[in-house]
Amino acid sequence: MIRLDRLTKVFGSTTAVDGVSMEVPAGAVCVLLGPSGCGKTTTMKMINRLIAPSSGKIFIDGRDTSMLDAVTLRRSIGYVIQQIGLFPNKTIEDNICVVPDLLGWDRKKSRSRAAELLELVNLDPAIFLRRYPKELSGGQQQRVGVVRALAADPPVLLMDEPFGAIDPINREVIQDEFMKLQAELKKTVVFVSHDIDEAVKMASHIAIFRDGKLVQFDKPDTILANPIDNFVADFVGSDRTLKRLRLLNVKDAMQPAPVSVVAGDSLETAVSRMEANDHSTIVMVGPQGRARGFLHLNEIRGKKGNVGDHVEALPGLINIEDDLRNAVSVMFSHGVTWLACVDHDGFYKGYVTQRGITQLLGASYRE
Amino acid sequence: MNTITRSPLASYGRLTTLVAIFALGAWAASSGLLNAILSYWGDIVYLAGQHLQLVFYSCALALAIGLPLGIALTRKPLLYHADAITQVINLGTTIPTLAVLALAMTFLGIGAPSAVFGLTVLTLLPIVLNTIAGLSMVPRHLIEAASGMGMTDSQILFRVELPNALFVILAGVRTAIAINVGTAPLAFLVGGGGLGELIFTGIDLMDSSMLLAGAIPTAILAIVADFVIGQCQYWLIPRGVNPLR
Repeated sequence: MIRLDRLTKVFGSTTAVDGVSMEVPAGAVCVLLGPSGCGKTTTMKMINRLIAPSSGKIFIDGRDTSMLDAVTLRRSIGYVIQQIGLFPNKTIEDNICVVPDLLGWDRKKSRSRAAELLELVNLDPAIFLRRYPKELSGGQQQRVGVVRALAADPPVLLMDEPFGAIDPINREVIQDEFMKLQAELKKTVVFVSHDIDEAVKMASHIAIFRDGKLVQFDKPDTILANPIDNFVADFVGSDRTLKRLRLLNVKDAMQPAPVSVVAGDSLETAVSRMEANDHSTIVMVGPQGRARGFLHLNEIRGKKGNVGDHVEALPGLINIEDDLRNAVSVMFSHGVTWLACVDHDGFYKGYVTQRGITQLLGASYRE
Repeated sequence: MNTITRSPLASYGRLTTLVAIFALGAWAASSGLLNAILSYWGDIVYLAGQHLQLVFYSCALALAIGLPLGIALTRKPLLYHADAITQVINLGTTIPTLAVLALAMTFLGIGAPSAVFGLTVLTLLPIVLNTIAGLSMVPRHLIEAASGMGMTDSQILFRVELPNALFVILAGVRTAIAINVGTAPLAFLVGGGGLGELIFTGIDLMDSSMLLAGAIPTAILAIVADFVIGQCQYWLIPRGVNPLR
């Protein structure tokens, strides 16, 4: 979708961007990451030609952008900046409609689109359309900033540290909202950031820059698991393995189709099932298959009675869609080494153990 | 307009002012001064018309020159010379108005054109300076956002820069017009007419009622002009960039 071919920018005697080649596939969120002054912003601004390349080419959808009219090109690319840049003299509605108005859209059509877009980011159009930017909070303004870039439905979105100036709590919320939008709209996004956590959360691809050069371009998990050199390793942090936990789901590390008992089973049955599977615990499920509690082998060995009379409450449950970071957090907070995994309806689907997670993370290092 | 609830003290102040004005008027009427002033009514109306013409032409000229000049001084080719050029315009304000009028008279002769020229030179500086200040106060990131979204340079100027600079620009125009109306009586000295005729003749003849017949309407004109521009500032500038609203 977006292909950079030996892109270079020289300012006077300094080379800001040095021979960068990469290809961002359609629908990808590519985060350009690096310390300040590494050329990531310059690279992004060359895509909509706010900065003219010294040499090299950029192709969008196979078309050489240097052959297009710069103004036409920019109107077909959504643009979000860190300072938000809403025009204070225009209402929220007119701000959202800036590009549609430039493109000469029918006024009715663009205004109803503005209302739709506001609803997408949970701002009530009846309240916000007529307001001016100064009457909105920072988080609300940046939501408008994002939907303004989407107003003319451009296939490509450029975002320059869009959530950098927002407080951490709001930032998480807006990032989540944006990911939800992106899952629906599937734009091709080039996103500049210096925050590795943000990159890991948002990116489908990460491009790490250093001194104008593209050092590594890969999927987030690959970059965290196999940094290409010490610079990348230092940049992603010594806790990079912990960051990978966020990229993996519980179901990736889960042991599926586990054995279980029901309340009416006898303790002998429970013991024999545990011994047959070499387990020291077993989960008791309800009649429909929902996880209800568990039994410990050492507690019940030699005792008589029903499972239901000796069952203990489960220390913690984890949803199979959750990421492993949450799973490990639940394990640590309850001081256990395994968790029962359930789906949205509470049905017992499997269990995840610390050993299983360690093996999963280790697998890609051994490859 | 704005519905600020006034403190009781402020409303007493208003009342006192009104009473004072009424007392002054009553005194003026009883002492015969009011009648003396009103005896010049015909002159006042005619000369006020001339006065307004001088103000109108000089302000229109100053705006027609000052606004484009201010805009041009913030654009690429002239940007680097902006300081030098504003210094030259500054001279127009530093040189005493009388000297400017005298100089103008030697070129343009006696009459209204010299007066209009002098007043224009005087009015130009606040307009140009405030246009430059207003435009350069527009945050860089707004212009970046605008060009990043695909606005052309003139669209950026008219849709982003000027609306956001309008408050500061109009503040300059307001100052300029207030100065202009107040200085216009000097036009009499180069044969430009206007209310200065009553003022200066009144001074020469030591006729205070004649002097006041010129001075009071001049003051009222200045206040009215300032009020009108103030209202324009309040109503014409979008609420989003209007600190008054």
